[in-house]
Formats: sequence, C-alpha cells, structure tokens
Amino acid sequence: MTYFLDLFLSGLTRGSIYALIALGYTMVYGIIALINFAHGEIYMIGAFTALLASMVLGSLGLTGWGLLLSVAVIAAIYSGMYGWTVERIAYRPLRGASRLAPLISAIGMSFFLQNYVQLAQTSNFVLFPDLVPQMPFLKPISAYLNRTQVIILLFTSVSMVGLTLFIKFTKIGMAMRAVAQDMTMARLSGVNIDRVISVTFIIGSVLAALGGVLIGCSMRQIYFYMGFLAGMKAFTAAVLGGIGSIPGAVIGALILGFAESFAAGYISSSYRDVVAFIILIIILIFRPEGIMGQAQTQKV
Amino acid sequence: MTHKITASHIGRVIWSEFKPALLASFWICLLAFPIMTLSINPTNQSFKFSLDRMPYLALGTFVLSILWRFFLKRRAFIGITKAVHQSEGLPEDLRKGPKPSWLTVVKASRYRRQGIYVLLAIMAILPFISSPYTVNVMVTALIYVTLGLGLNVVVGVSGLLNLGYIAFYAIGAYTYGLLNHYFGLSFWVCLPLGGLTATLMGLLLGFPVIRLSGDYLAIVTLSFGEITRLVLNNLTVTRGPRGISYIQPAGFFGIDLNGAPKEFLVNYLRVDPAMDINKIFTYFIILCLVIVTIIFVFRLENSRLGRAWLAMREDEVACQAMGINRTRAKLTAFALGSTWAGLAGVVFASQITFINPASFSFLGSILVLSIVVLGGMGSIPGVILGAIVLSALPEQLRFFSQYRMLLFGALMVLMMVFRPGGLIQSTREVYIHKTNGNGKGDGNGTARLEALTGAPKPEATGERP
Amino acid sequence: MSAGLDKGAGANAAGTGTGSGSGCVDPILSTVGISMVFGGLVALNSVDLSIERGSITALIGPNGSGKTTFFNCVTGIYKPTRGEVILYPALDLPSKSLKGLPADVITHEGLARTFQNIRLFNNLTVLENVLIGRHTRMRAGLWGALTRNRKTRAEEAAAIERSYGLLVTYGLDAMANELAKNLPYGAQRRLEIVRALATEPKVLLLDEPAAGLNIAETAALRDLISDIRENEKVSILLIEHDMNLVMKVSKKIYVFDYGRLIAQGPPDEIQKDPKVIKAYLGED
Repeated sequence: MTYFLDLFLSGLTRGSIYALIALGYTMVYGIIALINFAHGEIYMIGAFTALLASMVLGSLGLTGWGLLLSVAVIAAIYSGMYGWTVERIAYRPLRGASRLAPLISAIGMSFFLQNYVQLAQTSNFVLFPDLVPQMPFLKPISAYLNRTQVIILLFTSVSMVGLTLFIKFTKIGMAMRAVAQDMTMARLSGVNIDRVISVTFIIGSVLAALGGVLIGCSMRQIYFYMGFLAGMKAFTAAVLGGIGSIPGAVIGALILGFAESFAAGYISSSYRDVVAFIILIIILIFRPEGIMGQAQTQKV
Repeated sequence: MTHKITASHIGRVIWSEFKPALLASFWICLLAFPIMTLSINPTNQSFKFSLDRMPYLALGTFVLSILWRFFLKRRAFIGITKAVHQSEGLPEDLRKGPKPSWLTVVKASRYRRQGIYVLLAIMAILPFISSPYTVNVMVTALIYVTLGLGLNVVVGVSGLLNLGYIAFYAIGAYTYGLLNHYFGLSFWVCLPLGGLTATLMGLLLGFPVIRLSGDYLAIVTLSFGEITRLVLNNLTVTRGPRGISYIQPAGFFGIDLNGAPKEFLVNYLRVDPAMDINKIFTYFIILCLVIVTIIFVFRLENSRLGRAWLAMREDEVACQAMGINRTRAKLTAFALGSTWAGLAGVVFASQITFINPASFSFLGSILVLSIVVLGGMGSIPGVILGAIVLSALPEQLRFFSQYRMLLFGALMVLMMVFRPGGLIQSTREVYIHKTNGNGKGDGNGTARLEALTGAPKPEATGERP
Repeated sequence: MSAGLDKGAGANAAGTGTGSGSGCVDPILSTVGISMVFGGLVALNSVDLSIERGSITALIGPNGSGKTTFFNCVTGIYKPTRGEVILYPALDLPSKSLKGLPADVITHEGLARTFQNIRLFNNLTVLENVLIGRHTRMRAGLWGALTRNRKTRAEEAAAIERSYGLLVTYGLDAMANELAKNLPYGAQRRLEIVRALATEPKVLLLDEPAAGLNIAETAALRDLISDIRENEKVSILLIEHDMNLVMKVSKKIYVFDYGRLIAQGPPDEIQKDPKVIKAYLGED
C-alpha cells in the first residue's frame, strides 16, 4: 500500500510539472493553432537560468526562501523574454503562411535553442542545487511527502488558480479568449492580436520556467536535452486533455503523470517513456479532440 | 520647392535603420547574457564568468538584425507589388513568361540530356580515382539523397509532416542486421525485405492515424520514431544499446571483391590500395538506387497518383471534391515514402556493418527534414542539392560540424521566413500546345499536346513571398 | 442532349401543373426530408428538393439560411442527420442513394461542385488543376505511374488533351501553364468551374459563383453558365445572391430561410411571392 501511495504521489508531482508546461502548449495552440515545438526548450532554458542564478546568488550569500523565490523569479523573467523573442523571430513573420511553415520553423527554433545551450554550456548532466529549504512542520507526513513535492504541488496549484483568474477577469485575459474564439472578429473589435499572442507566449514561458525550476529541485540534475522529452510529454498531456482547454491540460497532465508513474512502478522503468507515447497515439486515434475538447466541424 | 539632402537627413535615415538593429542586438545580448557568460563546470559544480563571447555576439546580432530587417522589407514589398498586379489582372511580364532562373536555363538547355550522361559517367569513374574516405562520404551523401527524395514524397509532394521518418530507416537497417545476424540472409534477399517491412510498418502506423490533421500527424510520427528507438534500445533480440555488429557488406555473386578483383583494379586502374572494394560496390548499389528513385519520383509527380498527392497538399477539401480518396492517397504517400527509408536503411547497414539505436535518433529525422526544406519541398534537384550540402559538407568542414546542429535549426527558421520554396524551388511541368496541320485548333480532339519539361516558366515557388 | 432538354421542359410544365411538392417528372437529383443538426442548431430542416434533368435550378435565401450546408450535405462533406439524397443517373438506369457516401465517391457518381471561397490548387498550374478534375475518370495507379506503360501513357495523353480542350472552350488556354494563384480573381472563379466540369458531372453545383465579381465579370459568368448548359450534358444547381443573374438563367428557384424551404417556383412567381419578400426584407 505504501508502494502504491509512493507511486501515486510521484505521479502527482510529475503530473503537476507536466501541467505547468502543458499550459503553454495548450494556450498557444488555442490561439494560433500552432504546436510550439520550442516550448520544451524554454522550459530547459528556465532550468539552466535558474541554476546559474542560484550559483551567482548563492555565492553572494543568499539562502533559504529568499534564494528559491529570487531564482524562480529570475528564471521566469528570462524565460518570458525568450518566449517573446522566439515568437517575434520564428512565428510572427509567418502569419498567413502555409500550414507547414510555422511547424517547421518551430522545430528549427527548438533545435537551435537546444544546441545553443549545449554549445554555450555543456552536453553533460549538471547537478542542480537543493533550493527548497527545510520545513520542520512537515515532519509528521515526511514519510509520504517530501518538502520538494510539497513545494511542487503548492507552486503548481497557485499558478493554476492565478492563471484561471487572469484569463477570466483581466482585460487581456478576455482578449485572449476572444482571439481563441475568432481571430478576425477579435481584430475587427479592436483587439491587438500581436500583443495578445505575445502575452500568451510570455505567460506560457513563465509557467514553463517554473516547471524547469521545480523539476531541477526534484530531479536534482538538468541537461540540455531535457526540454525535448518533457515538451513531448507535456504536449501529450495537452492533447489528452483536449488541446486549447486549460483545465483539460491540467487533467491530461495528471493522468499522464499517474500513468507513467504506475507503469514505471509496476512494469518497468525503461518503458516509462514508451507508455507516454503510446497513450498519445491511442488518444489521437480514438478521441483526437481529447477529454475536455469539443469535436469541431470543418468549415467549408 | 526643392529638397536639399543634407548630412543630417542621411544621418537620420541611417539612424532610423540602425536604431532597431542596435536595440535588437542589445536585446539578444541581454537574453544570452547568463547562458553565454557564465559557464558551469559539471565536474566540480563551479562556474566561470567571462565576457569574451559578448562582443562577437553583439556585432553578429547587429549585422544579422540589419539583414533580417532588410529581407523582411523586401519580402513585404514583393508581396505588395504582386497583390497589385493581381488586382489589375494578369501582369504582362507573367504572360510573356518570366526571366528564366539558372535552373530553368539548365532545364531548358538542349544539352540537358548530354549533361546527364556526362554526370553519370563522372559518377561512375569517381570511386576509382578517389580515396576510401571520399567514397565513404559519397555513399553517405547518396543515402541521404535517397532518404531526402523519399521524405520529399511525403512532406514536399503530399504535405504530410513526418517527423519520425528515421524510424523507417531504422526498420530497414534492423531488418537486414537481424536477418543477417541470426539467419545469415544476404543483402540481396534483405534489400526488398527491408523495403517491404518499412512499407508495412508505414501502413500499420498510417492506417489509424492518417485521418488526423497535419499537426497531429507530425506528433504521432514523432512519437512513433521515439517508440521505435526506445524499443530497439530495450529489446534483447536487438541487443539493446550495444546494437548489431559484423553485418555482411553486400555480396557480388559470392566473389570476394577484395581478392582478385581488387588486385586487378589496383594494378591496372591505379585504384588506391587502401580501398575496400566492397565500399565501391556499395557505392554503385546506392547510386543505382538513387537513379531509380529519381526516375520513380519524377514519374510519380506527373501521374494521376502524384497529382492526387499534390491536390491533397494544396487543399484537402477541394481534393475530395475532385473525387480523390484522401485516405488512400495519404496512405500510399506515407507507405511509399517509408519504403525508400527502408531500402536506404538496408544499404546503410551494409555500408557501416554496425548499427545501434543511437544512429536513429530524432536528430536523424530532423536532418532529413532539413534536407528537404533547404533543397526545396517538392523539388527533385533541390533535394539532391540539399542532401549533398547537409551531409557531405559538414564532413569536410570541421568548423561547420561543431555548429552544424545549431545552423540546421537557424536554417529551418530562415528558410521558412525568407524562402519557403527552398534553394531550388519546385517547378511545374509545362505543356506546349501544338496544333495539327489540318488547321482545326479548337482543342476538341484535334489539338495535340506535348509535354516539354524544358520550357522556361514562371518560377513556381511554394509560397512566393 | 437537346432531346434531354426538351424532355425536361415538358416535365417542368407538368411539374408546375401539379403545384406544390418537390415534383418534377424527370429529376436528376432529389433530396427527401434532408436535415442537418449541429449540436442543438438545426441548420437544415427537412428539405425536399428536386433538380430537373438538364435545367438550371437556383437556391436563394438570406445569409445563414442553410444553402451552403445543403450543398455540403449533398456533396458528402457533411453527413446529413436525416433524409435521403437520390441520384437518377439516366432514365433507364436505377436510382442511387448518395446519403452518407464520402465526398470523393459522390464526385465519382457524377456530382461536382465549386466553393464559395475559391478553393483552387494554388501552386499547381491551370492545366494541372483541370487534370486533377480528371482524376476520377482515370484508372492508372501506382504501378502505372512507376512503369509508365503504354496504357498509362495513352490515358495521360487523352486526359491532357481533354483538359486542354476544356480550357480552350472556356477561354483559359492562354493561361494553361500559369500557377492558379497568379490568375486574376475572375479567371480563378472560371477555372474552378472548368475544373469541376472536368470530372464529367451529371449535376454541377455552383456555390455563389458571382461573389466578388464586377458587373462585366458577372455578365461573362452568365454567358459561361449558359454555354456550359449548352455544351455539356449537365444539370446545374446554383447558389447565388445576384438576383439579376438568378432570374435570368434559372428555370426554377428554391428559397431557403432558417434552414427551411419557404418557396419554390419559376423566377417570375418567386419575385412576387410575399414569403420571399418577407424573408429578404424582414417583417414590416
């Protein structure tokens, strides 16, 4: 039973991080119907920036909660900047191009960023410091839930609630929903489409960076290729939940997290990644619109 | 009223162009600041701070930014003039036919056929006068030409983005590797088997997923590529990451090519004594495969089936309204593309005699895709050029090879933004109408048409910017 | 051809005699109680409609009244929720149900259409666009394409000849080797119609062919439609907002409103029908 609980909790934390990344995919897809392949790379850059920031700030004597929070903020800001830039360079000039063009451009961007970090840094795994401070009040449940997992769940839930409120109640959130519904109509109603798309990329990137910081704290190592696999899985989660749907992305990510965790625990850990991919293929075959998505009729 | 152009005018113009470039350069430096200046030493978890790279980055991004803005403006300008032409009816220069590009000149040349023969002769002599290393590079390049042409059928002609193409290459290579390792089957038996297995896998994957939209198909194929690699890595029968070694090279009627034939070649034709004659043989096999592929792809493109693929690429709804069975068209394109990957895989296994899953990573799929994108989607000469540029050049230039992946990425973005049709953009077949002598040129049965590949025609770009 | 037309004319006279109902004696295509529901929205509500062999029939109605949905249901892009679509290929051949068949099969059976927003194969030449229209009347498969045997070559040559012939007949031969996207707008509309004709349809369905055309181009289109009816053995179903065009070319008009048929009859009757006037001008 404890084994089951272990797997359950590790699935939950894994799924939470997937959710943070999946939101970026689902938001971008919802608005411009593009699979942003470079999104996983933003997450990786978030993790690397966090590591560098923690080293510099750590050597300046910052510790504890202050260190964790400032590292997370720096990573978020930098990733946001990267997300914005990627959109400006690789996607904005391709508005109105053929369907294949932005997709190939996205793959190119992803590849570029991966190799940029590899060349500038290292192709080896690097250790990630344990940024999460001790929390004595967790003593009674520490047998089940460690402090990193607590932080992951906390960060993720706060971000989800924040995002939901943002999209529901702010003006730009409303504009995002409008653009997702009908871009032409939104433009005619005076919505600045480019700005909405930029904001979408920035928010997605910030969430991905938080995911990067958290995965660093939890796995304790990062490397330049981490974004590819995580990106694939987060995309799977987004599709599983119904791409374009924000609650869908979260639910999909959690399901994927559990599936992987139990598959690794009860079958074999070497097939964990295969499970994710097989789930993806199965959903796409039987329910391409996902759990929360709606089937769409082609407009002719 | 006259305008005097003063120094301040020029200064203002230059400043208006330079200011955005300076800003862009500053912005990129800001972005790159932590990752480019701080480097982690993974062994002792220390970091080093250095500003050495920043001046280069600043200057480089400044120049690139000016070029970027210039080309974007040019693109927008061309777009506007074209739109104006279109609203005014067909422009005169289009009716007359455009200025021929160097490619159309080559195509239209009376010496085209002779040119091809000369090229073939050179290709046939080349291995006997070059070093073993060069032959190896050429074999690799030709394998990539085959892969590029095969993927071109899927991506360029049919518009289906296959991101797991390398998996079919792996399937071909492993078909030969395994059958040779366990059952001792020869190359010639395995070549069709490898192609067939890849086709079947293509059908197997294609059948359920083919009705998905383009983006989803890309993701599913990517997943399939990863699953294939992971499975090869984990199965005991494929010997996991250790792979399969000592695969036999292709045989020639059971004759040991490194025996008597080699003696003959070295003594009488002055072939490099270090040469492995099996490699030369492999070279000719892949050369033949490439020639057959070119002929087949060319014929397909100008056939009923090929036009169905093109129609599907251009508009999925309209293609169905024209009576094309979309599912069947997609499946044939997908499976046929896989066949070539399988065939190339068998040749690859016989070339390097050792295969493991690491040879078939996602990177491979990206490399082949870059070949198609760079060369020109849907363009046969383009894909050949792309394959040579992207596979043979990095072998020759060491500097290039370190940054090659970085450049691939940048290249794909730049090509999509500025030249989505690729280096050699695909041109459509031109038909010249010839009226018969009896003077009834009304087109109903008395007109005769002749396909003329060579006539100059408007440059048919994928998306003319 | 002309015999068919005469027969049609006679049938129409008989049809109008019986008054209401979808009745015409010699229909080529009819729908029976066809309905289409999207979620909770009823886009088409039990439409009975008949197209007389060899005639030009028009569908009119305000925007969003279900005309294009009707086209999509008939041509297999949508699967109608209820109802039947029946094709009567010829008087001596048995009728066929087209309901629920995929779009490509329906085209093969003899229905061809154009689209409201032009859907050409933009990066292919004009001739190739028409050649693709020949697809369903050609046989060559993978084997033929790879070997390029005698049969395939002959078929290919015949298809090219026939396509070029169509271009000559409808005045597009000068642009045969242009990319479709480079054609002026009016020529694109024309090419889409010619491409549909290349499928050898029994019924040609035109979805707002005059949309976006200027007065001169519309006049040319009217001639084109008349020419097609004279040259080809084809019945035409036309969606159009240009009343001038509709009244001039069509023999019978069906009026849609809110997914229902509210009126049908020859042009002069329709023009006077109070229900039609109300649908167009609103309640007063």
